[in-house]
Amino acid sequence: MRQVDDLRLDHLTKSFGEMTAVDDLSLTIPAGSFFALVGASGCGKTTTLRMVAGLEDPTSGRILIGDRDITGMRAYQRPVNTVFQSYALFPHLDIYENVAFGLRRRGIKDVKGPVESMLDLVELGPMARRKPSQLSGGQQQRVAVARALINEPEVLLLDEPLGALDLKLRRQMQIELKRIQTEVGTTFVHVTHDQEEAMTMADTVAVMNAGRIEQMGYPAEVYELPRTLFVANFLGQSNIISGAVAGSDGSMVTVSAHGAAFRLPGDRNSASGAAILVGVRPEKVTLLDAVDSARVPAPHNRVDGTVTDVSYTGVSTQYLVRTPWGQELTVFEQNDIVGDRAAVGDPVVMHWAVEHTFGLEP
Amino acid sequence: MAAVLPSGGVSATPVAQRRSRTGYFLLLPGMAWLGIFFAIPFITLFVTSLQAPSPDAAGQFVPAFQVSNYAEAFLNYWPQFVRSLVYAGLATIFALLIGYPLAYFIAFRGGKWRGLLLVLVVAPTFASFLLRTYAWQTILSDNSPITQFLNFLHLLPDERILNTGIAVVAGLTYNFLPFMILPLYAALEKIDPRLIEAGSDLYASPVTTFRKVTWPLSLPGVVAGTLLTFIPAMGDYINAQLLGSTGDRMIGNAIQVNFIQFRDYPIASALSFILMAAILVLVFSYIRRAGTEDLV
Repeated sequence: MRQVDDLRLDHLTKSFGEMTAVDDLSLTIPAGSFFALVGASGCGKTTTLRMVAGLEDPTSGRILIGDRDITGMRAYQRPVNTVFQSYALFPHLDIYENVAFGLRRRGIKDVKGPVESMLDLVELGPMARRKPSQLSGGQQQRVAVARALINEPEVLLLDEPLGALDLKLRRQMQIELKRIQTEVGTTFVHVTHDQEEAMTMADTVAVMNAGRIEQMGYPAEVYELPRTLFVANFLGQSNIISGAVAGSDGSMVTVSAHGAAFRLPGDRNSASGAAILVGVRPEKVTLLDAVDSARVPAPHNRVDGTVTDVSYTGVSTQYLVRTPWGQELTVFEQNDIVGDRAAVGDPVVMHWAVEHTFGLEP
Repeated sequence: MAAVLPSGGVSATPVAQRRSRTGYFLLLPGMAWLGIFFAIPFITLFVTSLQAPSPDAAGQFVPAFQVSNYAEAFLNYWPQFVRSLVYAGLATIFALLIGYPLAYFIAFRGGKWRGLLLVLVVAPTFASFLLRTYAWQTILSDNSPITQFLNFLHLLPDERILNTGIAVVAGLTYNFLPFMILPLYAALEKIDPRLIEAGSDLYASPVTTFRKVTWPLSLPGVVAGTLLTFIPAMGDYINAQLLGSTGDRMIGNAIQVNFIQFRDYPIASALSFILMAAILVLVFSYIRRAGTEDLV
């Protein structure tokens, strides 16, 4: 295994006229990791990627690989390759020549071995002499990956690489890409607006909003404990109830909201003042018939309500439940129960573990 | 499935038939036009090219099968043929050298000005071809600033531009430049800028990216543009007549003189046919080469 270095972004800023696309971004992406930059369109994630690729000049800040500053290097000088959003395969060259392009440009004469083994890696050996237009979307995507990876870049950038594929193929390619990444050990930086894709593939997810990184960490960590309202709503769904901190006893914070009381562990609270948003993920909430309310475990947070909508989605059922103060909360339940499900109009009680509750700054 | 949707299967055939018949009807006006204004004159021209002088009346011609007209036409006028080839070839090369950067600039850097820039490219053709060529007489005349400047630098072998081959090639280049730029623009504009980015991402310098990506992808435009410039330039006689001396005459001038002044219709017709055949042969061999990797 060759020596690879971390990718570091140092106070990176990019402005287009009045608009700041990337705002003072500092970030270290460990060598060999699969890093996902996720955010809504226009949040600056693609601009960040293009700056690393050298296709966009930063307004200020530096880009480093290890200790080497690559900010001033032109795109074609950087040890970085990109898998473009619509693949950008050269339509006039066949698959073999597309994959060999980078090697030939660096003056490597004997391309046959590397090209063939790369085509084998992406399972496209028999397609070598076809033109890109004769391939399916998934195959083109794999050519794009092979064309970039064959150069053994220190960092591989993937710009919404699966955006053009249908859902089933996308799932398949996610697993494929993950396999390739594990096999070659290159640092992958993956930009996507699909939060589920980001969580499935990456070791580290960074949620980006308005040119800044809101939160970064292991997928499960970020999902289980969102630190900002944006993250809570962008990465999956959240039920958010606004309230005020009523007190704290040691490790627990008590919140009163709309006449109800909620408790959450102090280390799961990101609110700095008295005003707080209490949050919980829909799948963490359990629904009970109101007559069974005595079965709610004592330490759990609980809210009474009335079912206003039931949607059956196969694996789970999604309920909308109206609270006494008129807010609608979402509840996901696995379809593993025997007997009747709650119906619209049923009085119910929602409850969830204190450890699943989080507190956010309003 | 078929049992569920019987009506679709039954009505599909007549609709398809009606559509294909509509296609033929749409061809009719064009076919009629070509029949009257191309096929008939073409045949007449061919018949004329084989006519022999009438034994009874001077200046009259009678139907014959005098193939020697072709040999005579070629032997008398081969210098004009060669000159046409050279002038049209040079004009095509110059138009490509001037037109490609311009089309490239409009396609990739034009931004919101693209439309306006394209109108400016076409704008000269709003004025008559003849008029513009007369204007070039003035531009290239002996006491024009351009001529005087080039003389100052001692760059002109005859110390003048007007009434030389240089003026003819310059006029041809200028007059057919829009026909070079437009197809080039159309081809360049279609190139996805991401392909150029992909080139630079894959270690190709800007020059290499142009050579390996942009140029091959713009080849259809290059082929179309060079044909649209070369073919009319090859048969042109206005530029040679207005901007050249009698020593710079092209094949178009020979045809014109034989038809209008000498009234030697068989020779003029034979010249026209030789020109047509020459252009066809050149164009076909060019397109065949362009279809392969040779031009890349």
